[in-house]
Amino acid sequence: MKKLFVPLVVVVAAMFVAAPIAIAEADYESTMLLVQKIFYFHFATWMAMTVAIAVCGIASVIYLFKGSKISDWCAVASAELVVVFGVFGLFSGSLWGRKAWGVWWQWDARVTMATMLVLIFLGYLMVRKYGGPGSEKLAAAMGIFGAATSPFVYKSVDWWRTIHPQTTVMRTLGEKWPGAWLLVLFCSAAFVLLTVLLLTARVRLEAMRSRLDEMYLALED
Amino acid sequence: MLATVFFALQQQIPEGFSPVTGVPVTEQIPAAPLVIASYAFFLLLMVFYLWTKWRRIGKVETEMRALERRQAEKR
Repeated sequence: MKKLFVPLVVVVAAMFVAAPIAIAEADYESTMLLVQKIFYFHFATWMAMTVAIAVCGIASVIYLFKGSKISDWCAVASAELVVVFGVFGLFSGSLWGRKAWGVWWQWDARVTMATMLVLIFLGYLMVRKYGGPGSEKLAAAMGIFGAATSPFVYKSVDWWRTIHPQTTVMRTLGEKWPGAWLLVLFCSAAFVLLTVLLLTARVRLEAMRSRLDEMYLALED
Repeated sequence: MLATVFFALQQQIPEGFSPVTGVPVTEQIPAAPLVIASYAFFLLLMVFYLWTKWRRIGKVETEMRALERRQAEKR
């Protein structure tokens, strides 16, 4: 991963330079016009968040049952990214909603459940920070439940009648407007690669902190 | 004179609410600031996140160097 890190930084930086240019060049959507352009990063951030949730869930399971340190580092790193991407997803959604729905905030099933999901992972981070010794295991359980909640958030728009677009949007976009569909995929790929990059850097930080703790213990002995 | 102006103004004020067809452009919510705010917020969020990580890595490295010095002195 060390060898791949720098090339990955270059690729991700190039993608994030290209993405806004491509979004600016893209056609306007027929009913929402300009404000629909928020969609490209809005959707991509939820994709990145989904990857981070999956990593956190799997790493938490491994940590609970095997006690592996690396999986614990992965879990805490990904939980942090869930909160970062979740906050951006909610914020960009709110700005889009202001124009499309006429309100900054709407208590519909998808928006409310997504907020709850971000709060679960915020809780995870607070338990890690203030929980004291042994909080890693408690947090791991929270990570698993957070990950288990995410499919419900995804399907909420199909199960309940809400004003949020349904999951079929991406399927129909591919048929009706392939250019926009490709652009969404490009942005999603950029966000997922950014997640990999941030996750790697964040795991390295956790490894350094662990080494620091060991050094303190060695000095006391 | 003043009474004439007051009377004219009173006549211009419509009674109750009346609908308008075709919302004037000045009354519509502009999309551009919302789109710009969305992308700018993402940029700021990423810069802030990376800055906090950078700072934390710096702190840990400083602490590690200090501990290594203390360990060397102890030997």
